[in-house]
Amino acid sequence: MSPPVKLIGTFGSPFVHRAEAALRLKGVPYEFIQEDIENKSELLLKHNPIHKKVPVLLHGDQTICESLIIAEYIDETFEGPPLLPSDPYDRATARFWAHFMDQKCGKPLWLSLWTEGELQKGFLKETKENLALLEAQLGGNRFFGGDSAGYLDIALSSLAHWLGVLEEATGVSLMGDECPALRRWAGEYTSNEAVKPCLPSREHLLGYFTANKDKLKLKAMAMLQQ
Amino acid sequence: MEGAAGRVVLLNCFVSPFGNRVRIALARKGVVFEEKAQNLAVKSALLLSSNPVHGKVPALLVGDKSVCESLVILEFIDDAFAGQPLLPTEPYARSQARFWASYIDAKVRSHTHSLFTVRTICIDRTRFLTLSRLDRKTITWTQMPDCARRVWQSPKGSAAVEEGKNDMVAVLKTLEAELGGKSYFGGAALGYVDVALVPFAPWFATYERLAGFSVAAACPGIAAWAARCVAENPCVAASLPDAESVFQFVCGMRKHFGMID
Repeated sequence: MSPPVKLIGTFGSPFVHRAEAALRLKGVPYEFIQEDIENKSELLLKHNPIHKKVPVLLHGDQTICESLIIAEYIDETFEGPPLLPSDPYDRATARFWAHFMDQKCGKPLWLSLWTEGELQKGFLKETKENLALLEAQLGGNRFFGGDSAGYLDIALSSLAHWLGVLEEATGVSLMGDECPALRRWAGEYTSNEAVKPCLPSREHLLGYFTANKDKLKLKAMAMLQQ
Repeated sequence: MEGAAGRVVLLNCFVSPFGNRVRIALARKGVVFEEKAQNLAVKSALLLSSNPVHGKVPALLVGDKSVCESLVILEFIDDAFAGQPLLPTEPYARSQARFWASYIDAKVRSHTHSLFTVRTICIDRTRFLTLSRLDRKTITWTQMPDCARRVWQSPKGSAAVEEGKNDMVAVLKTLEAELGGKSYFGGAALGYVDVALVPFAPWFATYERLAGFSVAAACPGIAAWAARCVAENPCVAASLPDAESVFQFVCGMRKHFGMID
């Protein structure tokens, strides 16, 4: 009998969602431990002393941190539909675009929503270019993983669910008419039976972003100074 | 897939720690490859077509396909070529190796916005002046994504260098603690994390000379590990530049960007 699986996470985090989506797509039962990110628990600090972030996967007495690393661990450890393809080159492609999301796409996308003026114009241009690359990568496929959702769909899931909410909250259009394939994929992903239960409610997210607009704008400016 | 089909070509720059990770991995597996040195100031059509998204080294060409991003390439080499893999076989051990490689990339030398990109904007005075005062203020020498860049891309004696050095020592100490009493991060033999980190070793002397510290004094375990990697592994010794060549390269870059040393 496999040791229990627990996931430390918070509401609303796209990184936590990645870990949950991987567990659900693989069909692994787990217990969700809600973390208060403003008041970090001993449990979190003990299990992620380096980054002090969520998600953290606890599998028996083993701890795995970092959402994409958790997704690969889940894929390799548990029986169930594979999240990564089997061909080495296809695996490399999936990992490359997941990296791209985190290293190149994420920050300018966030900053394009919460900055203004010339700076915003620059981030907006960069973001649209990045989204166009992903649009091209998706092509005519139902999912980035092919016929079913996989590792790369999970890695890009913030674009499927959070992006629409953020566009509405800020009035900034990122996908527009230029990404019909991504829009279609977003609908496919968010209506997927396995994944749907672990997507935070749109209304809740919209409420949060709208209520915290000023705070998020200040945080974005601080991010630029780093 | 036992042995990838097609010619193997590595696009690299001899000082690149990321490119040299791939050199080591290929050498370790005994993969026959051709290396094509790249001029990063004037990028070749081959590099731009092989890595259209980032335009960076390394890019590994296998037949008509290209693989980019050094850690992605390392995993590809494990998957595609026969021979002893870099990553352990057990999933939990794999997750820990991936964690530490990711830590190195996040803390020592990240992929994020390079100062040189920012500096290029600043050198283009016309463009710089079209930015608002607030925007100009935010694009400063202090916009540094990682400690390594802060050390070698900042003016000598500046606060950024000191902060970069302190952060780097903290990161190396964390890695030293993770290494513990093991010969290698991989255990008894060279593994994924070792290959991810050791290409920074030829850069240590450069960081030391620019920031005024000693890796051997601050982190003796890391210094000993780096020496062991080179002494005990021909694939490492054959794949890394000497420290003086790296220093000369960096001095050239600093001069190019108007830093007087």
